[in-house]
Amino acid sequence: MHIVIIGNGISGITAARWVRKLSNHQITVISDETDHFFSRTALMYVYMGHMRFKDTQPYEDWFWEKNRIGLLRDRVQSIDTQAKTLNMRRSADIKYDKLVLALGSEPNKFGWTGQDLDGVQGMYSAQDLEGMEIHSIGLKQAVIVGGGLIGIEMAEMFHSRHIPVTFLVRENSFWNVVLAPEESEMVNRVIKKNGIDLRLETELKEILPDENGKCRAVITNKGEEIACQFVGLTAGVHPNINFIKETKIETQRGIMVDERLETSVKDIYAVGDCAQLRNPPPGRRNIEAVWYVGRMMGETVAYNICGKSVEYQPGIWFNSAKFFDIEYQVYGTVLANPPAEHQSLYWEHADGEKSIRIVWDDMSGMVIGFQTMGIRYRDEVCRQWIRDKAHIENVLMNLGLANFDPEFYDQYEADVIAMYNQKTSGNLQLVEKRGLNSVIKFIKKQFA
Amino acid sequence: MAQVENSMSLANPHPNDMDTIQKIAAAIGGLGLLVMLIALFGQINGNYSTWLTASLTLMTVGVCAYAWREYTNEQEGIKNNHVWHRSLTNRGLWGWVVGIVLTGFYVVLYFFPALLGLNGYSVTTKLPHNADPTQISIGVENSNGETYNTGTLALKDTIKTSNVGDVYKFNLTRLQSLNDRIFIRCKGNDTPYYVDYNAKQKTLTNLDKDACGLREIKFDANSNLIKLFDPLSVFLKKQPASQWFVYGALYTLAILIFGVKFMLKYRHNRYQQFRTLSVMFFQLGFAFLIPEILMRLNYPYNNFMNMWPLNYYFFDDWNIAAMTSSGKVGMFMLVWGLLMIVVISPVLTYFYGKRWYCSWVCGCGGLAETAGDPFRHLSDKSLKAWKIERWMIHSVLVFAIAMTVLLFFFNSETLRSWYGFAIGSIFSGVIGVGFYPIMGSRVWCRFGCPMAAILGLQQRFFSRFRITTNGGQCISCGNCSTYCEMGIDVRAYAQKGQNIVRASCVGCGICAAVCPRGVLRLENSAIDINERTNDMKVIMISEDGVRI
Repeated sequence: MHIVIIGNGISGITAARWVRKLSNHQITVISDETDHFFSRTALMYVYMGHMRFKDTQPYEDWFWEKNRIGLLRDRVQSIDTQAKTLNMRRSADIKYDKLVLALGSEPNKFGWTGQDLDGVQGMYSAQDLEGMEIHSIGLKQAVIVGGGLIGIEMAEMFHSRHIPVTFLVRENSFWNVVLAPEESEMVNRVIKKNGIDLRLETELKEILPDENGKCRAVITNKGEEIACQFVGLTAGVHPNINFIKETKIETQRGIMVDERLETSVKDIYAVGDCAQLRNPPPGRRNIEAVWYVGRMMGETVAYNICGKSVEYQPGIWFNSAKFFDIEYQVYGTVLANPPAEHQSLYWEHADGEKSIRIVWDDMSGMVIGFQTMGIRYRDEVCRQWIRDKAHIENVLMNLGLANFDPEFYDQYEADVIAMYNQKTSGNLQLVEKRGLNSVIKFIKKQFA
Repeated sequence: MAQVENSMSLANPHPNDMDTIQKIAAAIGGLGLLVMLIALFGQINGNYSTWLTASLTLMTVGVCAYAWREYTNEQEGIKNNHVWHRSLTNRGLWGWVVGIVLTGFYVVLYFFPALLGLNGYSVTTKLPHNADPTQISIGVENSNGETYNTGTLALKDTIKTSNVGDVYKFNLTRLQSLNDRIFIRCKGNDTPYYVDYNAKQKTLTNLDKDACGLREIKFDANSNLIKLFDPLSVFLKKQPASQWFVYGALYTLAILIFGVKFMLKYRHNRYQQFRTLSVMFFQLGFAFLIPEILMRLNYPYNNFMNMWPLNYYFFDDWNIAAMTSSGKVGMFMLVWGLLMIVVISPVLTYFYGKRWYCSWVCGCGGLAETAGDPFRHLSDKSLKAWKIERWMIHSVLVFAIAMTVLLFFFNSETLRSWYGFAIGSIFSGVIGVGFYPIMGSRVWCRFGCPMAAILGLQQRFFSRFRITTNGGQCISCGNCSTYCEMGIDVRAYAQKGQNIVRASCVGCGICAAVCPRGVLRLENSAIDINERTNDMKVIMISEDGVRI
């Protein structure tokens, strides 16, 4: 069988690798963006000079031929689902037996005047990185529109070259649709501490051109004109499915898929950012444009393609990011505006750059979420507690199991318990401090 | 609207330039280096203590001030901006310049020390052609009456032959004070002829020119760069400097001042702080000061933290003889050396992995982590490099073991000098350090060090150490692999959710430090020793169902 995968990001490539592990089918991966798979999350580090572009490629070039995964650099113009054929821009038509759509996302544009000017772009693809490099030459002032993960990464990129940034954020606190107030405020602080001109409750209204069709200023919704020669559009992304809309494949915001990641057309699957689940598992969303989801979907879809029916089960939510120098991790459910049933314990370090938040169900005491800033916690331990429906007091007593900070770092779990004791007039003691032995026993369910 | 202070930091807007204070610091450091260069060309002829102190102080202040400005006016955290943009660190022009200069320095150090000014209180004698040099011996008598025979003249010490006679030269390292005397014996136990040495005037008096048919005895002291270091060497061990002393002093200085720089760069990371303090301590104390003090007390040179097979001559007969003939201290050196090999090292490696030595104690590692820190990303991560590495490092190990065993039975100066040349000089010195800006800071450690090979095998198969990966959090960015100085493709393991247990891992902890998502942790446990790397936490689906 010929398995064709459109898109060489984490979703498409994971699918390709697993199809190869599970079968001898012919595999072709098509991409118009790059010759080889690279880690999109690392693009910022290329700009900042931490890595070269080739360092972001997870596999050496011989890997593809050795594993008989064919790579094609070309653009798919259209899909003939009846004839199971792809019409290509440069190459001959390609016939497939099964097709995987791993098309990724594209940056949102909300119809602002001037949004297509030169010097106005998102930050998603390798081409976007090149665009940022070109526009950084002699750049005096950048404006970033949209306070989210990509926006703050773009701010960090410009900061590394000491290019002044004005950051327009619609909300009244950074990313507060996801981050609880205290963590959101912490990010506000770190943005300002790095010399970024943070404008909360400010939106883009219009982008003004100069005589060469390049942006020269933005106008905000407050009527201010800010001179700039680059505008970063980082107000979210949407599934990259324009040419799919011309086919029979059912789409809404994304490509509709069932639990086996199959689309409305037989033998066509969709994974990653571009996929929209008809019935997302409980506690999950129908579109999750996150690296980890792409990887999990890629693995799942390969089984289904190779004849073994496996439902997509992402398990308990987890995510991570980095806001300048503050690492962020979340496991489970930690809502920005939690309902009354969600009790939350929030501990913050005196330096205002580290915090631990634990969320549990008020009635049962079951822990449902962890969120840390500037402190590393163990994925396996946190999600196991949530899976086990562990009680908050049990979790607190053993909280040291979750600590993943390097050796010799301070441990704050005792302070977290002290705070809990204060709130509840309780007397819990920390039983387990940081250490691998206890973690292994915990995970293997062996108790000494 | 208010004008915002766009750059709250005091660093200037062009990241490739230095600010004013950094320029001054660079100038100060450069001045210190300039003094060394002036000495190298023989232009310093007095006040050596002053010049040496000035040079070392200027270099220290320059580097520390520069590093202070570089790092403390930015937020704490990973600071690798522009590593691949700057020519010093991206195999660009300055990288090559520094590499060539360093390599050149090593070549001169090992093979042309006279260029650095080594003479070391040597005596040149002229003998007529018909004289038998093997009958003539020269020695030193200290003011306390102790005598040291430098040995008989031998043909191999000939440096020049003319129609007047053969010139011999040898070093008198035992010449310690102004009251020492040089004596010459023509034959066996003959009464010696004495020659008085006047340090200030650099003259020899009282020479009976007909003694043993000697035509002339000339005395040369150290000169140039090595002479500059005489005051420090005399202060520490009452003997003039040699090229090894200069090397050791500069090496130690580099670890100390670049250690300070490194600690400023990683001041948010306590593991890095402790580890760097450790290498600074072991280099200054154990690799430099203690051996100097031992020599001052007339004991053999010994670095207690340097063990066989890194210290490849430990079992050589002359070394065993030196230790066994130096009283209780000498016996302690021998016993300690054996204990290190058989007990201390295996035990520590079991508990912590080879990092206890390779990135916390060893001097090679110490320089690599401090002065070599700007170059760690230049190591080759390819699979091909790994294959070459395994082949090469284990070959050197076999060579070292074979040589040690053979030298028990054969006394082969050739074999000994070949190993010393190929492995000791070229590999570990010239390539090992000279190639920092081209191939990274751990070329010797990765491709050559026999001790690394042994410790690595133990780490791989019988140790509690591993780098744990944090479940599924890896985003394959590649920072870990890029900054691994040993050329380990850490990402390949992390993106599978597999723990990393590699023989070459020195546990520097940088991969964990540069990871932007907190995926890696260096830790130890005995519970799962035999299955440290079995679990691939990223894989969800297996025969048992879906792992959620």
